[in-house]
Amino acid sequence: MTLSTFKNVFFSALFLTISFVGYAQEASGDDNDSKFDAKEMIMHHVKDAHEFHIFDWNGKPVTISLPVILWTDQGLVTFMSSEFHHDDSGTQIVEKDGLRFVKYHEKVYQLDAGTQELVFDAEHHPTNATLPFDVSITRNVFMMWVSVIALLLIFISTAKVYKKSNDKVPTGIAGFIEPLIIFVRDDIARPMIGDKKYKKYMPYLLTIFFFIWINNIFGLIPFLNSANVSGNIAFTVTLAAFTLIITSVSGNKNYWKHIFWMPGVPVPMKIFLMPIEIIGMFVKPISLTIRLFANITAGHIIILSLMSLIFIFETFAIAPVSVGFSLFILIIEIVVTAIQAYIFTILSALYIGMATEEEH
Amino acid sequence: MDLITPGLGLVFWTVITFLFLLIILKKYAWKPILGAVGDREDGIKKALASAENARKEMENLHADNERILKEARAEREALLKEARDIKVKLIDDAKSEAENQANKIIEQAQAAIESEKKAAMAELKNHVAELSIDIAEKVVRAELSSKDKQVQLVESMLGEAKLN
Repeated sequence: MTLSTFKNVFFSALFLTISFVGYAQEASGDDNDSKFDAKEMIMHHVKDAHEFHIFDWNGKPVTISLPVILWTDQGLVTFMSSEFHHDDSGTQIVEKDGLRFVKYHEKVYQLDAGTQELVFDAEHHPTNATLPFDVSITRNVFMMWVSVIALLLIFISTAKVYKKSNDKVPTGIAGFIEPLIIFVRDDIARPMIGDKKYKKYMPYLLTIFFFIWINNIFGLIPFLNSANVSGNIAFTVTLAAFTLIITSVSGNKNYWKHIFWMPGVPVPMKIFLMPIEIIGMFVKPISLTIRLFANITAGHIIILSLMSLIFIFETFAIAPVSVGFSLFILIIEIVVTAIQAYIFTILSALYIGMATEEEH
Repeated sequence: MDLITPGLGLVFWTVITFLFLLIILKKYAWKPILGAVGDREDGIKKALASAENARKEMENLHADNERILKEARAEREALLKEARDIKVKLIDDAKSEAENQANKIIEQAQAAIESEKKAAMAELKNHVAELSIDIAEKVVRAELSSKDKQVQLVESMLGEAKLN
């Protein structure tokens, strides 16, 4: 087994990734295939992709093919991502409904009519293709659904425990889950929102807490972590937007007065504070977005970088160092999974609490 | 730059997935779980409160018992004291009554004796008077049986009674 093959299997099986980089190089018959591009491998892992990579076998990637769904100017076009044959360089053309598609750097391009292949400009940007609106079931969407199924199984079976027992004593899975729910209720919702109003926001807070947490955890489990859901900015920005919407909708008169016409300060100060408060309204969810995205992605990048050292130095001698350090980081990451879910939830609760606070 | 540009496709699916998850979990998980936990907590609170109440009631009951016992004791004391008082009073009353009665009887007796004595004295006087008259009669009769004697007497009497 050469180091290159080992590399493909290693990164696939042990940790995260897409090793088609190596595959593409081998397939193209590149003599210098031992040149390992850590940056590209890492970036490829932390970003989204159209197929769910499991591992490589004999230099060929084994993947779960996921549906590509495109909204083009001629309507909806769907096909399986396997039709690209793992190609990501824009050479494999898929023809559907008279339209031609190529995949380049995990983006599906629609070739302009009459063109046969993708043409790049000097900066490697495609010049003769457009990007249709891509609502494909990417690997992040796929993993998100896996996490949803896991959450439904866990919490519906927890609810069943209470339904079955007459005395409402938590047994089995409920004994494990109940303290977590009580924690969200007594240490997040109650102190941040207040005893009177917290009940209304409990379903939202519980759902984001466990949704983020389980996706963070799945991001650390080999094979499942082929996708990096909670480290994707689209995911975090969506959840932060939910918090912004809930905060704005439940904001009372007092909250809006503090934003637009701060009470208790002179008029020039009121005018000065208004834009700051308006910016603050949006900075809060933006900080939520970036915090979660950056923490999770950074963790993945560190571990992958440490592992890449083996292939950058091209020696097994560095392996103990890599493994030791990444083990250390992984343990920290396990803590981070819970902490980030907690921070996102407690800050959401805090913002909701600020919006619903009564005048004092 | 791809890394920090949110993909709209993923945003779309995240919104749908999250809303789905939120609705399903709210209905089938959070509601029953939070309901059960809340019910149980209420139950525990109620049980604790009723235990506290029971404890207080016990205390009250105990205090009541103490109080009743005390009252009973006090009543007994009072009853005994009353009885003693009554006894003393009865004896005193009886004594004074008896004394009074005795005094009365003695007084009556004395009065009776006095009146008897007076009556006896009166009778005695009467008897003495009658006797004296009888005697005087007999003596006079005897004295005046002869003429000489009668003249003698008148003379002696006249001699005594000097006419001045």
